[in-house]
Amino acid sequence: MRVHSTAHTGTPGRRAPSNAVVDAPVAEATLTDATSNPAMLGSRHVTASNQPAANPPAAYRLTDEQRALRDAVRSLARDRVAPRAAEIDRSATFPTDLRALLATQDILALPFPTVYGGLDADLLTICLAIEELSAACATTGLILAVHELASLPILQSGSEAQQARWLPDLAAGRRLIAFALTEAGAGSDAGAVAMRASRDGDEYVLDGAKRFISHGSVADLIVVFAVTDPAAERYRNLSCFVVEVPTPGFSIGRLEHKMGLRGSPTAELLFDGVRVPADARLGAEGEGFAIAMRTFERSRPGIAAQAVGIAQGALDVATRYATERIQFGRPIGDQQLVQALLADMEAATASARALLYTACAAIETGEGDPARWAALCKLVAGDAAMRVTTDAVQVLGGYGYLEDFPVERMMRDAKITQLYEGTQQIQRLVIARSMLAAQG
Amino acid sequence: MRIVVLVKPVPDTTGQEHLGPDLRVDRVANPAVLNANDEYAIEAALKLREAAGEGTVTLLAMAPAHAPETLRKALAMGVDGGVLVTDPALEGADTLTTARVLAAALARLEYDLVLAGADTSDGGAGIVGAGVAALAGLPYLSAAARIEPNGGRVRVRRISPTGYDLLEAPLPALIVATQVLGEPRYPSLRGIMAARAKQLDVWSLADVGLDPAAVGGAQSTTRVTATRQPAAREATRVIRESAAVAAVQVVDFLAARRLI
Repeated sequence: MRVHSTAHTGTPGRRAPSNAVVDAPVAEATLTDATSNPAMLGSRHVTASNQPAANPPAAYRLTDEQRALRDAVRSLARDRVAPRAAEIDRSATFPTDLRALLATQDILALPFPTVYGGLDADLLTICLAIEELSAACATTGLILAVHELASLPILQSGSEAQQARWLPDLAAGRRLIAFALTEAGAGSDAGAVAMRASRDGDEYVLDGAKRFISHGSVADLIVVFAVTDPAAERYRNLSCFVVEVPTPGFSIGRLEHKMGLRGSPTAELLFDGVRVPADARLGAEGEGFAIAMRTFERSRPGIAAQAVGIAQGALDVATRYATERIQFGRPIGDQQLVQALLADMEAATASARALLYTACAAIETGEGDPARWAALCKLVAGDAAMRVTTDAVQVLGGYGYLEDFPVERMMRDAKITQLYEGTQQIQRLVIARSMLAAQG
Repeated sequence: MRIVVLVKPVPDTTGQEHLGPDLRVDRVANPAVLNANDEYAIEAALKLREAAGEGTVTLLAMAPAHAPETLRKALAMGVDGGVLVTDPALEGADTLTTARVLAAALARLEYDLVLAGADTSDGGAGIVGAGVAALAGLPYLSAAARIEPNGGRVRVRRISPTGYDLLEAPLPALIVATQVLGEPRYPSLRGIMAARAKQLDVWSLADVGLDPAAVGGAQSTTRVTATRQPAAREATRVIRESAAVAAVQVVDFLAARRLI
């Protein structure tokens, strides 16, 4: 993975955002807000924020290797994942068989350095894999997306010893990892985290509850964000920990019943005096919020990739259906109104994909504000997925509304891409604030 | 154990086929994939290498010059390397020519065992393996359902209409694989990345000591005189019921047509 960790270690130079920002209800936006004062940030961000997104961004062109990897994941998804998708949704059961498949095929190894057994894939390659898996089954695509998301804090902020301790198991897929930031009272306002981590000798004691944690009930490692210094300013009071579970005091609360992504367990995690060694803290005390925000710069494209995959999956079904379904004596694809639906679906999907790949290339090369690129592709792809899947149901008519066809599942799955890893509203704030800051 | 697997890139049958002016398949216009039956032979070879704990698996193909991209997929499955024999003179080569070329290439390789797929999805003749064995003077063990090497010999279970025959031959030998040997593995992503660094040698007819004038496509003993599309199949009825219910429905279906 080409994580630009050195560029991010300018964190100590980052001071608390201004009062206006602190009062803002949208924590995800604050890092970008901070770019309005270049003095606060590492030099990479200063350069980045002075560069309007309108400048020609890094061009992407899939390499032969990326195409080969994408094609391999595509055929695997078609042969092994797609046939399981309906049952995974119906039974709302985490597909442990497919998790094992992703491990044996090295798909879970993509985001990790080769020295730890990973494949050192760049962001675009990871996104290609998430996209192809999600076209068959969004729940399965999320296995890789969450694995990457939750590993990012270790990849970006972990010490060498911490990386050596956890990354080999993660790269091999022997252990899964979850990312626990959200709480009942801290969703879009991630800075409102209330969970406490109190220092006690060589340990921290964690108390509190996390909510809506993807893979929370099936993960072996949990990256947890908790308040270490209640007296500190907002956004400077959080620290980040890796908790190995099971461990005394840790338990799973409720499992959510969801509209979509039903095979992916979303858990409430309860921490009652959970003791973690001090060397399980990632980064410095107080750096937790910054770590979380940096994570999103590379994880939101993964969700955009999931959205593009869902859209493509629905588009494929709708297109095939339009050639097979006969009404008025001919395939419905002969009707111009159906053609218009298909064309608009293709346009939306292709645009979202092009933006996603461009964003991946730009984030990887450090061109422009990575937070803005990440928000842009997630916003556009999430909305495209919702629209395309809705229209796919429309193309299939009454049949699209039945469980017999996959498009109703895809429509339910698509909705989450407009909600998680920052709602579409949060993405807009991140984008606009980055634009305005660049003028500053 | 040094194993050579004979493989062929074939047109991807999921697409539309394009025929050239000579009515043969246009191998440039049609996207190619590895012949599916050859993947079973590769899988069998990989399993033999794994069981032996040592050895090499090498691909041998005769194909147009753009074939390496197709062969990479096989390399990604864990094959060690490959040889592609390609020559403009080979365009239009028939099965006899193909067997001659492969046998000539084999003579330049060191091996204990040669594996071939049962047949190819394009030509479908299923005789190149036998031809290579004959030309190379190798024992020919066909329709293998099981392969058991033992020292300098190999034993094969050959599928027969009544069960199977047990064949045994000294090495080196040529074995034709069947799908009974086991599903081909998916290339892992690590395998795909490693495959790009693997050696794929490209040989011309001159490299294998053959005269293009003597074995080229012009020397083919077969010619395509006409092609036609098979008639579209009638609608298929698929019965998806429990075995007990399905059996009754199948019997009723056949009985209604006086087929049983």
